[in-house]
Amino acid sequence: MATLVFERIRKTFGHHVVVDDVHLEIGSGEIFSLLGPSGCGKTTLLRMAAGFLKPDVGRVLLEGADMTDLPPEKRPVNTVFQSYALFPHLSVWENIAFGPRMAGASKGDIRNRVTAMLDLIQLHEHAQKLPGQLSGGQRQRVAIARALINKPRVLLLDEPLAALDLKLRQHMLSELRRIHREVGCTFVFVTHDQSEAIALSDRIAVMNQGRLQQVGSPSSIYSEPANTFVASFIGHTNFLDASVTATGVRLLNRNIEGVSLPNGFQPGDKARVSIRPECWKLADEGIPAKITEHVFMGAHSLLHVWVQDQSLTIQLPCDLARTMSLSPGTEVKLSFDAADVKVLSDVQ
Amino acid sequence: MSSSSSSSKRSEWLLTLPSLGWLVLFFAIPTGLILLTMFRTADPSGGTGDGWTLEHVKALADPNLLPLAWRTLWLSGVTTLICFLLGFPVAWFIARSSPEWKNTLLLLVMLPFWTSFLLRVFAWKVLLHPEAMLAQALRTIGIIGEDTSLLYHEGSVLLVMLHVHLPFAILPLYAAMEKFDWSLLEAARDLGAARWRCLTQVFLPGIQRGLFSAAILVFVCALGSYVIPDMVGGTDTEMLGNRIVERTLSQRNLPGASALSFLLMAVALLPLALIALTLRRSKPAPT
Repeated sequence: MATLVFERIRKTFGHHVVVDDVHLEIGSGEIFSLLGPSGCGKTTLLRMAAGFLKPDVGRVLLEGADMTDLPPEKRPVNTVFQSYALFPHLSVWENIAFGPRMAGASKGDIRNRVTAMLDLIQLHEHAQKLPGQLSGGQRQRVAIARALINKPRVLLLDEPLAALDLKLRQHMLSELRRIHREVGCTFVFVTHDQSEAIALSDRIAVMNQGRLQQVGSPSSIYSEPANTFVASFIGHTNFLDASVTATGVRLLNRNIEGVSLPNGFQPGDKARVSIRPECWKLADEGIPAKITEHVFMGAHSLLHVWVQDQSLTIQLPCDLARTMSLSPGTEVKLSFDAADVKVLSDVQ
Repeated sequence: MSSSSSSSKRSEWLLTLPSLGWLVLFFAIPTGLILLTMFRTADPSGGTGDGWTLEHVKALADPNLLPLAWRTLWLSGVTTLICFLLGFPVAWFIARSSPEWKNTLLLLVMLPFWTSFLLRVFAWKVLLHPEAMLAQALRTIGIIGEDTSLLYHEGSVLLVMLHVHLPFAILPLYAAMEKFDWSLLEAARDLGAARWRCLTQVFLPGIQRGLFSAAILVFVCALGSYVIPDMVGGTDTEMLGNRIVERTLSQRNLPGASALSFLLMAVALLPLALIALTLRRSKPAPT
């Protein structure tokens, strides 16, 4: 059974529809990401799960029970806030102990649980420090421990890595995975950073302008984007115009057979396809292209090419002897597999 | 290493020198002078005589001063408490308003400062005068009796003290609430704290400095009042400030006034010392 369900949620602020008919079922023990650009409604959904906002239409269910009208303090979910919101007048120890203290736990019980949390986040030596004396990464870990100590059914994380620098962010991603393995509760993770979402999640819901665009595993969202928005938001891609034929699609004046089509496409329809940069290959026979720019990236090279009045980006693995000779002006032939042609459902 | 740290220490000294000089010149030296004056003999023609005496310090033991000190203390205390209770919701409201409203409301709070203090107190005297509209209206509808006066008692002194000192409570409270991170309250609720505990466990500790500065500002300002009890108070509302004025101006007894000033300072320092102790204790204790 799903742990957390957003049941046909709609939310407006004034005339602005922030969340529009979103239905999501988040499974037990999952790391589930809500991914989208700022203003897409992902934080609004998270705040509805925490209890700080109420949907205009729809319900929020936790393990089958309706908690739409429960105030935040009565919900068995906890939040890691974007700015951490650690109590500045309380030590690390007292911050973590806040939840059990509010719940009226005994002194001994609190001591055991705080100690267990300090084990989890490996911050024993800083237990007596104030939040102001900690580094960003340490504060982040305290915020996670403080939210986990009440054993929530769901841990809500609101852009928890946004305030950290790149190196620390990567470290915290693996920390989050470790903590998730150890506590095993459901994580709902809000982020605008596709690489974070892909690296961390079991499943991702991509949102834009209050609407769900696609829900699926990171690999399926990357390799089978449902529409133009998802294809362009997750990674880089090339969009090409195509038309549907009886056996596949026709693009760049070639018939490509064996392309899977979304439902509703008829032969003769116009379509838009996405072919990722890394899906292109140099070939002896293929589509003629002219290189306009070569960017050496170390492990691979990015080539900007001109194909039939269109600019495309292709990515080739670093094969120094061969790729380094591809200077601007060089004419090459390109090919791709029919399986890498993704027909997008939204442009017909 | 040592040379750079000693040079940074020197520049620290140079930087603090102007404010230090200011404090010494206008605070330490005058306070020292008052302290010295306390032990001089009085000169009936004003100023101080040549000799030294303990007479004025001993005069502080005068039992007649005790009710005066007590009245000063409790009037200031009650003023502080009520200013606090009134100022807290106002400051909260302003801190939570939109930026445009914030400026307008703050302006309204500070507006009284644009009028002379004496005028404001005098306005109250006009307003509360037995022949003025307010008193007559209240008398007509029977809220106050024929011979009840709105002026010249502790009630009127308290009322005017509240009016004059309320901004001194609102402004520091507002400044502290403005800086308060309101997401902390969400965090507290998220962790299971009901509204009341959010207030006592997170909000009040969060604006602690503002609470103390509001309390100190109002209390210390109220302690030194002498114009208010003089103008809207009666014969039985004299405060220590009035007695100091009387010693200085009517009796021309500067050493006596100095001794009283020190008594007042002691009355003021007592709660400050208590607050300083609380602040020191509120640092997290090791577990």
